[in-house]
Amino acid sequence: MSIMEYNGAAVVAMVGKNCVAIGADKRLGQQSLTVSTDFPKIFTMTDKTMIGLAGLATDVLTLRDQFRLKTKLYQLEENRVIEPQTFANMVSSTLYSKRFGPYFIEPVVAGLDKHDKPFICSMDTIGCINFAKDFVVAGTAGGNLYGMCESLWEPDLEPEDLFETVSQALLNAVDRNCLSGWGAVVHIITPDKVVTRSLKARMD
Amino acid sequence: MAARIDLPAGGFSFDLAKRNAALEAQGATAPKATKTGTTIVGLVFKDGIVLGADTRATEGPIVADKNCEKIHYIAPNIYCCGAGTAADTEFTTHMISSKMDLHRLTTGRDSRVVTAMTLLKQYLFRYQGHISAALVLGGFDVTGPHLYTIYPHGSTDKLPYVTMGSGSLAAMSVFEAGWSRDMERQAAIDLVKDAIEAGIFNDLGSGSNVDVCVIEKNHVDYLRNYARPNERAQKEQQYRFAPGTTAVLKASVRNLVDVVEGDAMDITS
Amino acid sequence: MATSSAKEASFSPYEDNGGTNLAIAGQDYCVIASDTRQSRGYNINTRFAPKTFKLSDKTVLSTAGCQPDGNMVVTRIKQHMESYKHAHNKEMSTPAVGQLLSTMLYMKRFFPYYSFNILGGLDKEGKGCIYSYDAIGSAERVPCLASGSAAALVQPFLDNQVRNCNQVGKPRIMAASPVSHLSLDQAIKITKDAFTSATERDIYTGDNLQIFIVTRDGVEEQVHPLKRD
Repeated sequence: MSIMEYNGAAVVAMVGKNCVAIGADKRLGQQSLTVSTDFPKIFTMTDKTMIGLAGLATDVLTLRDQFRLKTKLYQLEENRVIEPQTFANMVSSTLYSKRFGPYFIEPVVAGLDKHDKPFICSMDTIGCINFAKDFVVAGTAGGNLYGMCESLWEPDLEPEDLFETVSQALLNAVDRNCLSGWGAVVHIITPDKVVTRSLKARMD
Repeated sequence: MAARIDLPAGGFSFDLAKRNAALEAQGATAPKATKTGTTIVGLVFKDGIVLGADTRATEGPIVADKNCEKIHYIAPNIYCCGAGTAADTEFTTHMISSKMDLHRLTTGRDSRVVTAMTLLKQYLFRYQGHISAALVLGGFDVTGPHLYTIYPHGSTDKLPYVTMGSGSLAAMSVFEAGWSRDMERQAAIDLVKDAIEAGIFNDLGSGSNVDVCVIEKNHVDYLRNYARPNERAQKEQQYRFAPGTTAVLKASVRNLVDVVEGDAMDITS
Repeated sequence: MATSSAKEASFSPYEDNGGTNLAIAGQDYCVIASDTRQSRGYNINTRFAPKTFKLSDKTVLSTAGCQPDGNMVVTRIKQHMESYKHAHNKEMSTPAVGQLLSTMLYMKRFFPYYSFNILGGLDKEGKGCIYSYDAIGSAERVPCLASGSAAALVQPFLDNQVRNCNQVGKPRIMAASPVSHLSLDQAIKITKDAFTSATERDIYTGDNLQIFIVTRDGVEEQVHPLKRD
């Protein structure tokens, strides 16, 4: 059993036209036993930047707090909001500083920068950033999500179309992965609002 | 009195090493990092160096990044191709690049390739191969063009044409057949492109596009995606969904701007 | 001279040659497709090694995993079908071949064929039919199926596009129902897109796509190029 498969997770982010989407499942498990069906994996870092953390749940909580602390310190010291790109680099160096004793986390960052340009990226457990122009995935349903996104995604989707595409990718992916699912949540970040929706999903 | 928060100063932290070892002792296996199962090459031609790389990054059998950059900046006149664990090549070259920057500011002289090579090999040797970065370093300095390979354990080679990564054999076969001393610029670029494409098509760890970097005296051409032999064909159909296809349990909106519903009524007469 | 001690010779009888298969069953057709790359580790052995074989005018079998094992399964099943024809003076029906394959796989329960098979064709009523197997013969009839190295990538896509899973307002095809409601044209389009997507992300899938279309007129074979990187 891999440590990455102990709790189970599925996280996905996609780029649309002037918007980004980030979604995750809600399951927290201990191997095949489901412990919670309302475990958040996506966290708001700034108004227009969110991070999804897939991997070992204890590290999800640790890193959530650590990144929240670091973004707030940045804001106090610099007197400005951290950009998603900058935030991603901070996450990356945080992970790489633990190169020889890593956090078991694959983060996904999604947000709009100060010009409202979409930004998404994913990382491996030691902070190697994958800057993608289309979509990024993480978690135990990663393979399933790659297959879904590669087929469904297309450029310049409007926020409502992007929501349907990312939701369908996520729901169908987790249905073929035993360790993730049990509900899902999708956030759509646009220049003037963030829409959060809980999806109706199979609970088995 | 405000509480002070000390952030780590830098360098590796081994805080979690014991916890992770304990988890592994309980039977859990550690995850594998993104590898660049790569083809990277370099050669010396008449007026300088040509470096080349493919753009695929893999996580096991899955392609994690279809168009990543494997030719890293070291100094204005020095570039470095990286193979191995993607994070290691990325951070190692970035750190050495910073050191070269400081060195230039201290000495007031242009960087030399041998300096970068020495910094890299000493750094990698210190970590005894645990930082798995296999590098092809090339540049043009005051003493002319130089091309090195640096292995993860810190050993180095200085050769006129080199290849590295999982596609190195495919690429080397092209170099062995086609390389000659004092090649012309375009012939050198073409040979590098052919070598990388040999890796892209014959090694499953390599794929997508060809990046090329030409380094000559006082001039660098970074030709990102010099060849794109693997464009995806048009899909047979679109897969858009009608609004409302996904069942939603609850929705909430966080407004980032003040939303005013319509204009206030004009009551001036 | 150093003393020599007893050495245990090791031999691994299995090898994974990669590759992906897919099948979609419709009211009056069955589509079975596979890529033609045969690989070992990071090497490509050949770019055209068919994994899908026509067994009769109504039945097609595709294999993934260890290719010698897959080829052996095909050879053996063809032998059985031949002797069935001579004994009963008729071609074996697809459901009968389906049962035969299950028995054949279970016969090697403790030294299995490392082969993930999909049997596709038309049943006695002329409807499309697909049988899904594990390596030791557990079988099930399904409306659509993916197997092989990119199965994880393709299967959820088929669930979504063929069985309308998770789509409000569209009739959902249950996993246990025998056929989908798609037209043949639609099924072929989905097949091609599934393979181009799998080729993008799975390093073991690529080179060529072989599509077998089984209708009451017989078996039609198409070959399309896929990416070769």
